[in-house]
Amino acid sequence: MALITCQDLSLGYDGREIIRGLSFEVSRGDYLCIVGENGSGKSTLMRTVLGLQPPLGGLIRLGDGLSMREIGYLPQQTPIQRDFPASVWEVVLSGFEGSCGLRPFYSRAEKQRATSNIRSMGLEDLTRRCYRELSGGQQQRVLLARALCATDKLLFLDEPVSGLDPRVTTEMYRLIEQLNRENGITVIMISHDIAAALRYASHILHIGDTVFFGTRDAYLGSGISSLFTGGGDEQ
Amino acid sequence: MTAVPDKLALYWQYPFVRYALAVGVLISLCSSLLGVTLVLKRFSFIGDGLSHVAFGAMAIAAVFNLTNDMPLVLLITTVSAVLLLRTGQNARIKGDAAVAMISVGSLAVGYLLMNLFSTSGNLSGDVCSTLFGSTSILTLTKTEVRLCVLLSVIVVLAFIFFYHKIFAVTFDESFAAATGVRTGIYNLLIAVIIAVIIVLAMNLVGSLLISALVIFPALSAMRVFKSFRSVTVCSALLSILCSLLGILISILAGTPVGSTIVAVDIVLFLLFSILGKMLGGVRT
Repeated sequence: MALITCQDLSLGYDGREIIRGLSFEVSRGDYLCIVGENGSGKSTLMRTVLGLQPPLGGLIRLGDGLSMREIGYLPQQTPIQRDFPASVWEVVLSGFEGSCGLRPFYSRAEKQRATSNIRSMGLEDLTRRCYRELSGGQQQRVLLARALCATDKLLFLDEPVSGLDPRVTTEMYRLIEQLNRENGITVIMISHDIAAALRYASHILHIGDTVFFGTRDAYLGSGISSLFTGGGDEQ
Repeated sequence: MTAVPDKLALYWQYPFVRYALAVGVLISLCSSLLGVTLVLKRFSFIGDGLSHVAFGAMAIAAVFNLTNDMPLVLLITTVSAVLLLRTGQNARIKGDAAVAMISVGSLAVGYLLMNLFSTSGNLSGDVCSTLFGSTSILTLTKTEVRLCVLLSVIVVLAFIFFYHKIFAVTFDESFAAATGVRTGIYNLLIAVIIAVIIVLAMNLVGSLLISALVIFPALSAMRVFKSFRSVTVCSALLSILCSLLGILISILAGTPVGSTIVAVDIVLFLLFSILGKMLGGVRT
């Protein structure tokens, strides 16, 4: 059974419909890339599946024993975070908040897991540093470590490499691939970078004027990708 | 200047001075706690807006000749806080306009009501003390002191209990909501706490200066400290220090309590800005 099944989904905001009749499913271990032009509704789709905004129509079903509290999320950075006084440790630990319920403090086990997530992201030297003073790539790794505190099953990543330089971008992709392959974490990622999507993803969801959902190979065979990467020309 | 200790010892014998100091410390502690959250969520002006609402509510209480106006003021301010934060979430720009509208509106209606129905002979004095809190801290009754203490303790306990949740919701509301934190409830909680703080702080500095009490300690602490916990602790300590100094100076020099406290806050903010620049220059 699939982790997430979306059936005949319509979405948008303020009553304006962007996408209609969208169906796809994500199974355990998948690496799904959501691609599409700017304004095609990629972030809206992710926010809807995460329950941050209601769908205009259709069904979103969680399966395979997945609960909403076992989902990790790497959102795009907000302006608030740019001058927020918070240490790396505080940010990473806040990933557990969703599973805390009313409990006011973090347990020892949670602190240990936070430490190991910080280590696996290569941040152990930065634990006490201030989040806003880190480089873009370091900040993304902090947020990834936080997302790992919230889940060991399913990660949603909203353009995790935007604004990063090529070397850090490659490093970020490698980390995500490692989480998918070695830790068995299912990944759903929004990406502008079609080349990277085709390189790493097992499945592609293309939204916009043409809608496609299927495996990477089927996508390559469909010819939609060449339209998309062709760029600038008449379709 | 040799007379200062004697003068202080003399004043210390009066219960109203001790009340003023105790209440001042508690109120400044409370008001500094949520400062960081408000500054970072770009809600600095909500404090201002709400204090004007509280002014309007006090005018209504005065019209009805209520001797203890705090419960009514508290109720009206809390409801406004909830409404304002709610509109602020749905649309940023509209939220901004809503704050301006409600705050200016209630200020005008409040003054109008006081003018039309006031039985007091010294109307402008009444208005002035409500706006700038000139003497009200020194004229608190025992009941008001008890209520202040009770509310402050509740605010501090609530803040400690929900500290991590307030952090999570402030730092990244989308992430918190997506991973199962009930952000709506905590935003509501923040709104209610703000309202309580505003009503409390009106006694200390008056409704026009409340924002200063909420924002200055947090901003000062943010110049120097780098983690949420150290900023929170530092701004709480700064806030207490400033209001103690402010109250003492105002007693000795005969200056208005509220504006003296804010003046001390401003001086400390400048000191911390300079300190932050110096530390920032050394840090790699």
